[in-house]
Amino acid sequence: MIVHLSVLQVIIPLIAAPICLLLRKSELAWAFATLVAFMTLAVSVALLSQVMQSGPVSYELGGWEAPWGIEYRVDMLNAPLLVLISAISALALLASRTSIENEIPENRHTFFYIAWLLCMAGLLGITATGDAFNVFVFLEISSLATYTLIALGKDRRALWASFQYLVAGTIGATFILIGIGLMYVMTGTLNMADLAQRLPDVENTKTVFTAFAFLIVGVCMKLALFPLHLWLPNAYTFAPSIVTTFLAATATKVAVYVMIRFIFDVFGFEFSFTHFPLQEVLLTLGIAGIFVASVVAIYQDNLKRMLAYSSVAQVGYIMLGISFASQTGIMATLLHMLNHGLMKGALFLALAAVVYRMGIAQLSQMHGIASRMPLTMAAFLIGGLSLIGVPLTVGFISKWYLVSAALENGWWPVAAAILLGSLLSVVYIWRVIEVAYFKPVSESTPDVKEAPAALLIPMWILVLANLYFGIETSLTVGVSQMAAADLFGGLR
Amino acid sequence: MEFLGLFNYWVVIVLMMIGFYIVICSNNLIKKLIGLTIFQTSVFIMYISMGKITGGTAPVLADGITLYSNPLTHVLILTAIVVGIATTALGLAIVVRIHESYGTVEEDDIHAKDKQA
Amino acid sequence: MNSLTPELMLQLTMLVPVLAIAGILLTGRSENVREAVSVIASLIVLALVIGLYNTFKAGIAVEVNWFEIMPGLSLSFRLEAMGMIFALVAGVLWLVTIFYAIGYMRSHHEENQTRFYACFALAIGSVFGVAFASNLFTLFIFYEVLTLSTYPLVTHAGTAEAKKGGRTYLGILLGTSIAFFLFAILGTYFVAGTLEFTQGGVFPAGTSVAVGGALLVLFVFGVGKAAIMPFHRWLPAAMVAPTPVSALLHAVAVVKAGVFTLLKVGTFIFGLDFLNELPTTDALLYLAGASVIIASLIAMRQDNLKKRLAYSTVSQLSYITAGMLLATDAGITGGAMHIAMHAFGKITLFFCAGAILVTLHKTDVSQLRGIGWQMPVTMAAFLIGTLSIIGLPPTGGSWSKWFLLSGALDADQMFIMGVLMLSSLLNIAYLLPIPILAFFPPADGVARPAIKEAPLPSLLALSFTALMCLVLFVFPQPLYELAASITQ
Repeated sequence: MIVHLSVLQVIIPLIAAPICLLLRKSELAWAFATLVAFMTLAVSVALLSQVMQSGPVSYELGGWEAPWGIEYRVDMLNAPLLVLISAISALALLASRTSIENEIPENRHTFFYIAWLLCMAGLLGITATGDAFNVFVFLEISSLATYTLIALGKDRRALWASFQYLVAGTIGATFILIGIGLMYVMTGTLNMADLAQRLPDVENTKTVFTAFAFLIVGVCMKLALFPLHLWLPNAYTFAPSIVTTFLAATATKVAVYVMIRFIFDVFGFEFSFTHFPLQEVLLTLGIAGIFVASVVAIYQDNLKRMLAYSSVAQVGYIMLGISFASQTGIMATLLHMLNHGLMKGALFLALAAVVYRMGIAQLSQMHGIASRMPLTMAAFLIGGLSLIGVPLTVGFISKWYLVSAALENGWWPVAAAILLGSLLSVVYIWRVIEVAYFKPVSESTPDVKEAPAALLIPMWILVLANLYFGIETSLTVGVSQMAAADLFGGLR
Repeated sequence: MEFLGLFNYWVVIVLMMIGFYIVICSNNLIKKLIGLTIFQTSVFIMYISMGKITGGTAPVLADGITLYSNPLTHVLILTAIVVGIATTALGLAIVVRIHESYGTVEEDDIHAKDKQA
Repeated sequence: MNSLTPELMLQLTMLVPVLAIAGILLTGRSENVREAVSVIASLIVLALVIGLYNTFKAGIAVEVNWFEIMPGLSLSFRLEAMGMIFALVAGVLWLVTIFYAIGYMRSHHEENQTRFYACFALAIGSVFGVAFASNLFTLFIFYEVLTLSTYPLVTHAGTAEAKKGGRTYLGILLGTSIAFFLFAILGTYFVAGTLEFTQGGVFPAGTSVAVGGALLVLFVFGVGKAAIMPFHRWLPAAMVAPTPVSALLHAVAVVKAGVFTLLKVGTFIFGLDFLNELPTTDALLYLAGASVIIASLIAMRQDNLKKRLAYSTVSQLSYITAGMLLATDAGITGGAMHIAMHAFGKITLFFCAGAILVTLHKTDVSQLRGIGWQMPVTMAAFLIGTLSIIGLPPTGGSWSKWFLLSGALDADQMFIMGVLMLSSLLNIAYLLPIPILAFFPPADGVARPAIKEAPLPSLLALSFTALMCLVLFVFPQPLYELAASITQ
């Protein structure tokens, strides 16, 4: 059993998806999908603890040896991400049955769970695999499932959002495919570890340069780096709320992971940062993304769209961490990936609760809503503080390391820019707090009750996680530190 | 010679640009999907070309033959083709639903209708 | 109190207000019980603070570690002279203010009183956190909690004007603290490797003065609560708050948390010697001096009494900032003493302003002529408060001003001496006419109105603080000893 953990991680949801179809009844499908998500969570936790104890876990699919067969490889870099994906997925599924009641027609519920499981399998697959082509395949599995999930949104604009994302996502994925193909041409291998060993011999060829460029651009499309983010706000806004929760907390993180894996592991630090102006590009786009997206977020009335833009800004922070090209920088990036998953998960779940009760999360209709839905808005408040980076929340921890990394490089203006970015997030979060808490309930405020427990419980688990990991940081910081050390030390 | 030798790669580039252009500039969603498919197909051709080795034959073990083409790229691209078909199918399904709820598949009209609402 | 260990007492100063919040929220239905909870909590806290003071005088070191968030970053507390002064002031004045607030809020028929008392308690709890913090990180956390918990107090009225004031308040305080203060903290941590408050400063020998100077600038501007110009706008904006809030928070807790932070940073992060070497110290000193004068000039032109007092506060805060920037023992001593002296003086003035508002419904200076006959106790207290702010005997304010002057003399800063002198004159010009005019006889032919004093709890409160101004003149010794021991 233990030996097969890394493949079980992906196989369980992948097999569970068609089984859901057989179950037909939506309650059964929900119960089953949730059970599966918790099983994958257990597997990923077991994997993480094993990786922490005894180093990377490698698994040869079908018994074919590594460079020829497909290898699944779980190490310090992806193990925590696997936990994040399955944990968020499990919590979101817990809330999903209630949340989709009003958002998706009854007869499509079963399909919803199927698509969800496939999406999850895809994301886990991208993360767990050690094979470059496999990354592409799982990327497409998760993407196709995601397009479906988004198209399930109640508003007809969801269809357009889904189509937009389909076009952008396919172009991104095809770019990645080109990159992988060119790499294969030069090295004759698709295994990441093998690629890492063979690429240095041919690294000064145009083909490898082109491969790298295609790959990075493709991935940037998927992770919505400014200005390739145009698909994201619509997709997040019109998708069913619970889907947005899941995607915002995990999907972009997985794309970032792919980027880190290729930059630092496959191509290697030296190649990536000496032959390419990667540092300048990521730095500029990261900072531009932080400011532009944050400013746009300030002017949104639809809160899901506001948080979507905030996600684009957060991707900017994550990219900054990579652009520092230092161990502390990459550590801050990894940390922020996990932490941002927690905060966005909590925030979007709170909005899911708002949407469940009000039908839409429109700020202009939320006057004094905190008196009607105190627990939900308290969750939003804490999640928001975490997003701003107030001490004792996870947001503070990531900002702290991010700024430390900037100072370590001697980039004082960048450190200042990070903090200024936080100021912008203060503005857009505080707008909501002011309306929800300090405006008297007006006539446009619908007469609603507190969200049901099925939404509140997962929401507050995430909120408490925001606080817990903001105070007891040894696990998250420790894991990120080890992963960063691996990227800069061991593997090559 | 160099130019002609890389003939199929030029085709790949031309097809890719045509596809890309259609995706960006076409107003009709169906045409966009066609462009997307052309774009993907160009990459398939690229993969297939990569596996060809001058003078190599099909990779079936037989006496007297030592030079084989690389079969792996073909296998890989089979997967990619399947993915491509799935994408196109899903895209078309979405377009059908867009047509159902908007009554049009022209991007401009869709935006106009959203603005009205 | 003997059964409590000092460590426990220290933590209780922060926990009791938090527990009081629960009590306040639960008993919100019944006014009397809710206010009893506040009073009892503040009595307990005062007892705790006095207990801590005795411990401190006995020379017992008190340290508490809560938890370590990241290596080298922990939430921890330590008893120390400057914090002791701040805690004593806050402890005494919380109790007094609660009394005052009960009278004020009831006779003013304010709404949302439960939220008011709850946020009040949270603010006080965080003040103790600031006072006892043993490192910059802990201090920063409570500094931010203080900002957030006072925001609902500022916007208490709920009007558009209150919202606007609240936005300015939050915008400047949170903005400066994140953009500059946090930046400075990170920079300090990066350069020095620690944030622990250490006698003589934390920066290793040979730290570049340019970096130190830049950090000092960031600190001085980043601690927005110290209201140095041009980041003083939040203070007058916050005057939309109910008077007890203005009194405690904006004459005592919030603004003093600001200058307290600066004093702490100057003494225990930079250290006076390093502070002297920095290229930016002098420039900032001049800025502080300019703030003193300019704020006084603006105060002269304010007709709204609370606004005038607010600008007076801006000017007085810069005294303390200047005291730190003088980087001499006497400057620090004077600054620390001024925290206490100004607190008692200014809170008296605010109490009086509030008393006038609830009793006679007057808010402008120009309306106050002759009201001394109606409210003799209040206006007498106002006179004493005024004298203390100006720094004239027989009030406590004269001592702190004396030490600030001698600090300026030690540092050979003639400019600051001049500023202090001039500002005293300006204080006289904009504050003293108010009580004097109040005791002018009414115009001919108008009957002298009958006595109509503020509600009794409020009256008691303002008499007490006025009395304290006098007491501190006669018995400044304990305070001086505390203040003088800071740099040793």
